Amino acid sequence: MATTIADDLRPLHHPKTWIGKYVWSQDHKVIAIQYGVTAIGIGLVALVLSALMRLQLGFPGMFPSIQPENYLQYVSMHGMIMVVYLLTALLLGGFGNYLIPLMVGARDMVFPFVNMLSYWVYLLSVLVLVASFFVPGGPTGAGWTLYPPQAITEGTPGQEWGILLMLASLAIFIIAFTMGGLNYVTTVLQARTKGMTLMRMPCSVWGIFVASIMGLLAFPALFVAAVMMMLDHVAGTSFFMPALLSMGQPLDHEGGSPILFQHLFWFFGHPEVYIVALPAFGIVSDLISVHARKNIFGYRMMVWAIVIIGALSFVVWAHHMYVSGMNPYFGFFFATSTLIIAIPTAIKVYNWLLTLWRGDIHLRVPMLFAIAFLFTFIHGGLTGLFLGNVSVDVPLSDTFFVVGHFHMVMGVSPILVIFGAIYHWYPKITGRMWNNVLAQAHFWITFLGVYAIYLPMHYLGVLGVPRRYYALGETAFIPQSAHVANEVITVAALIVFVAQGLFFYNMIWSLFRGPKAGPNPWGAASLEWQTPDTPPKHGNWGAKLPTVYRWAYDYSVPGHARDFIAQDEAPS
Amino acid sequence: MSLLSRLAEKSWLTPGAEGFDEPADYRPAAVAVGLYVYFAVMAIIFSLTVAAYLMRMGLHEALGHGAGDWRPMPEPALLWVNSFILLLSGIAWEVARRGVSRPDRIRIAVIAGGLLGIAFLLGQVMLWRHYDAAGYYLSANPANAFFYLLTAIHGLHLIGGLAAWLRVLARPRLSSIRLCALYWHSLLFIWVLLAGLLLST
Repeated sequence: MATTIADDLRPLHHPKTWIGKYVWSQDHKVIAIQYGVTAIGIGLVALVLSALMRLQLGFPGMFPSIQPENYLQYVSMHGMIMVVYLLTALLLGGFGNYLIPLMVGARDMVFPFVNMLSYWVYLLSVLVLVASFFVPGGPTGAGWTLYPPQAITEGTPGQEWGILLMLASLAIFIIAFTMGGLNYVTTVLQARTKGMTLMRMPCSVWGIFVASIMGLLAFPALFVAAVMMMLDHVAGTSFFMPALLSMGQPLDHEGGSPILFQHLFWFFGHPEVYIVALPAFGIVSDLISVHARKNIFGYRMMVWAIVIIGALSFVVWAHHMYVSGMNPYFGFFFATSTLIIAIPTAIKVYNWLLTLWRGDIHLRVPMLFAIAFLFTFIHGGLTGLFLGNVSVDVPLSDTFFVVGHFHMVMGVSPILVIFGAIYHWYPKITGRMWNNVLAQAHFWITFLGVYAIYLPMHYLGVLGVPRRYYALGETAFIPQSAHVANEVITVAALIVFVAQGLFFYNMIWSLFRGPKAGPNPWGAASLEWQTPDTPPKHGNWGAKLPTVYRWAYDYSVPGHARDFIAQDEAPS
Repeated sequence: MSLLSRLAEKSWLTPGAEGFDEPADYRPAAVAVGLYVYFAVMAIIFSLTVAAYLMRMGLHEALGHGAGDWRPMPEPALLWVNSFILLLSGIAWEVARRGVSRPDRIRIAVIAGGLLGIAFLLGQVMLWRHYDAAGYYLSANPANAFFYLLTAIHGLHLIGGLAAWLRVLARPRLSSIRLCALYWHSLLFIWVLLAGLLLST
């Protein structure tokens, strides 16, 4: 058993074998890397799917192996993998696991065994998901929202086996996440070291902490919905399935409510956006503060905004359902609550900008990614204001405007933060530094590339180009320029796709050949940079836990020799 | 310090660690904190399922949910018997929890609490078979489907509790017994709400 809060009460159990250290490991840092590598691995599958989709959209008819049903399957699997299996798993399972104990001064998570179990159950969910590519009929093509009745009705790709494996995989993922989430929340509440008050925690921990609470409260909705849809599909119940004719034959269902599924799905689905966004908000605050050598502007406001956004995100879900036939008064309520979220979000954006204001900005690669995030997030946030209004949303629903919006705000933005965070913490995780030239090239191609991809999509959306269509064909309202734009987007997407090779090459090469990094190459004040060893050893802190004397943002303090004061440095 | 005053701390103004106690001295055990957090998860699972139940039943007919196909299930005596067994189980855990003054009672009460939990689960299975035999099977009606779903989720939670019970039997500690008792009470509380829902609709 690992000791967590107190020093030296019980000895840490150090595994002796290679398997105990790296496979069945209970060390939060190893589990974090396992989570991260698995999430990025399955994320690469989703990336390949997106490249295939772009090939079809940019050059329809040139790839006979991409049939309409394949295209729908790519759309569905790309969306679900990116949102759940990559972003959620990487930000909470990966960064949450690595950063929480190090940043709050704990030796490990409070339940190391449950933490290990969480990873292996997550891996199982990924394997079940991957299996759906190999079953008869292939994976589900119901769209990532999996709306019934079409998800389990004949005519939708993968309606027999693919959808079942998808639902089973989600249920397994949620069990894994619940085990992990309980760990993250309990560790933050219970295992902070002496002196680490709640308001001395770095923003990263706050973002991950609130996102974990949200995940624990939001994922059960998806769990219940997945189980109910499985029963509808396998056992013939009618939770969601109304009476309907399929291929001229009446089905055995009656009276079910498809809208009930939509409510359950989006009760999970909207908080999910912030489950992904809040850790990114927290991490980017730390990146900006460290690399601008300035304390984060309005720290308390930043923390409160995270908490308020987390709470509000549970009462906005039906803004995804304006066109699904709800009572119009619902739309009024949900549009209002949606627009209210813009207030704490804008506070955060202003505070990031004000942190940069007159800072001693070092434009290192993590900082470049953080600033790029500000661009894409402001951009995606502003288009969100359009879509949050019912009357504007109705004509834009299911067009490429929506695709452009949500990719900017919850696809590209968190991914940019993830890249920035990997570059930022890589020296701590591996003890080595990456190659700057490759990293700069990776940044510029990715940042400019995503603009080339997603900016034209807004134009397509305003023209009325529908999303999820295999091919546009000859349609009067779609001008030639839309086809040209699609070709340009595809070329840009393929360039960005290939450029990710720079990142992977850099990470793997630097692991073995990179120059040795010091314990604190950025001069950061937060606790994870003050470990006695780099990379930190099992137990993190050597013989004695650190004592925390200050908040995490003492940068450029006047009259101090260095331009930062570490959190565990006693006041003189 | 209340939570609000802790969240209002201006941490940049007050460096230092004087006056801070060792966290181990005042914080509750990690397992206890974890269980409290899990209670929130449990509450949301059951309340969402119950919300779906009410929507599907047609309480929101005006909003376009549900239909007139909901046929309530009968209420056999076994439902009351099972509820009574779960109540007894909760009482046994309460005796164990308060057993500081009478240590000899604790072990018997813990064993009784767990065994009564198993008896409740067996009773639930009998209830399922009873309904099934009477033609109230899963796919026949949404009322039945929700009944099986809710009792299954509740039963799975109790099975999880029984796993904790086995651990307590292997390594009896008063702190673990208290948490088990708390968990059992919460399941009893949820069961009372669920049974009330099933009886009243």
